[in-house]
Amino acid sequence: MLASYLTLIGFGPQGWGWQLCLATLTTLAVSVAAYIVGLLFGTIGAWAKLSDLGFARGAADVYTTVVRGIPDLLVIYLFYFGGSQLLTSLAHALDQPGFWGLNPFTVGMLAVGIVSGAYQTEVLRGAYLAIPGGEIEAARAVGMSRLLMLRRIIAPRALRFALPGMGNVWQQVLKESALISVTGLTEILRQIHIGAGSTHLPFDFYITGFLLYLLLTSLSGICFRGAEFWTLKSERRPTLPLPRSGRGLGWGRRPPQRPSTT
Amino acid sequence: MGAPPTSTPQHHLMDIAFLTDTMNQLLAGVPLTLELTFISVTAGLFLATIMAVLRASFLPCAWFVRGYVFILRGTPLLLQIFLIYYGIGQFAAVRGSILWPFLREPYWCAILALTLNTAAYGSEIIRGGLQSVPAGAIEAARVCGMSGLLLYRRIILPLAIRQALPAYSNELIAMVKSTSLASIVTLMEISGIAYAIISETYRALEVFLCAGSLYLLINFLLTRAIAALEWWLNPQLRRATP
Repeated sequence: MLASYLTLIGFGPQGWGWQLCLATLTTLAVSVAAYIVGLLFGTIGAWAKLSDLGFARGAADVYTTVVRGIPDLLVIYLFYFGGSQLLTSLAHALDQPGFWGLNPFTVGMLAVGIVSGAYQTEVLRGAYLAIPGGEIEAARAVGMSRLLMLRRIIAPRALRFALPGMGNVWQQVLKESALISVTGLTEILRQIHIGAGSTHLPFDFYITGFLLYLLLTSLSGICFRGAEFWTLKSERRPTLPLPRSGRGLGWGRRPPQRPSTT
Repeated sequence: MGAPPTSTPQHHLMDIAFLTDTMNQLLAGVPLTLELTFISVTAGLFLATIMAVLRASFLPCAWFVRGYVFILRGTPLLLQIFLIYYGIGQFAAVRGSILWPFLREPYWCAILALTLNTAAYGSEIIRGGLQSVPAGAIEAARVCGMSGLLLYRRIILPLAIRQALPAYSNELIAMVKSTSLASIVTLMEISGIAYAIISETYRALEVFLCAGSLYLLINFLLTRAIAALEWWLNPQLRRATP
């Protein structure tokens, strides 16, 4: 039972290993691309929500409310069918007959990116608002220009507050990327579906899909926790030097010794 | 030559007749969307409460619940629907069981997957609520002689629900959106009908506008209802009426 399962997902001539690896990489690639698009939209959205311009605030409010209130599947349909509708009519206007469409990767990247951008907007906005006002005042007081202040004070500080939320958005993007399979992009879910159909072993394949997604979500969870730990460097308590009592193993965690000044 | 033929697909972007026609077709899908949401949320809430209590209880149960939540929250809902709809039927034992008439139907598969999924998210939300109950309140109730179910019913659950409601409202909205995935296993709820209309007419933008506004309306009414519930559950936050 297990042996036949391993041949099925292995790298042998009967195995689907290479296809599954490629599909996993596709999922990862489309998720990263969508995440970057989302970060872009989230930054613009957060800027708009925090700005003094009434229309920018209003537009950002409409964006987050609408996108967070409708299913992601509909957004993907809009980009998939609407994108080709738009491109074809544009092409016809330029005397280019025939059917023009967006490729599935672009559709997925844009659709999932724009959806995640709405969530990212709220994360980034909250992070900016969490920066103590005194720090920005202090930066202004020492005469930093706006760009320098953004680079040195606001971005590093906001990143620290935003990182847990950004990690959640990433997990969401990774799971939403499964919906892109409806456009025909061969990412994990699509490949699993194909394998299940052609071998008549659906259960084995769907369980493999579970394993692959769990691998991706838990590995990236570890990465984000590591990044959080890293950004919280200045907020960590210093490790106290252990007293060198004769007890214990002797090679416990000790802080690096200061070079002796003799 | 005479007048240009009128039958060419020369449609304008905003065609009121097409919009109202689409809206009428989509409205037929609203009951199914609401039904899927209602059944899976109710059953999911029940399961989630049990799991949250189990998670706080003795160790093997807590480990089981943790594993369950890890798996269900770490994988896409669509994959879970597919596993139940296509995957389980691989086994002859399942096909021969008395549950097969249910598991063969996309309707029940979608409800099962949605229920199991929302139970995982919900149990974490309820667990957060339970943890926020002040120890002093429980101690005071014990001093009064309450224990077991009475303690849960009168003290712990009311306080926990109050705390968990805002987070749970997000989960409810996510569930309304998630029911759209049922359309991929052939259920004709709002998204299913929207997909059918789009692939027939290739007018994605108009159909998207109609279907999107239906979902927005449902979610808007849902958030209003939850806000009212929150108001009712938190009398201490209300302003005194003069």
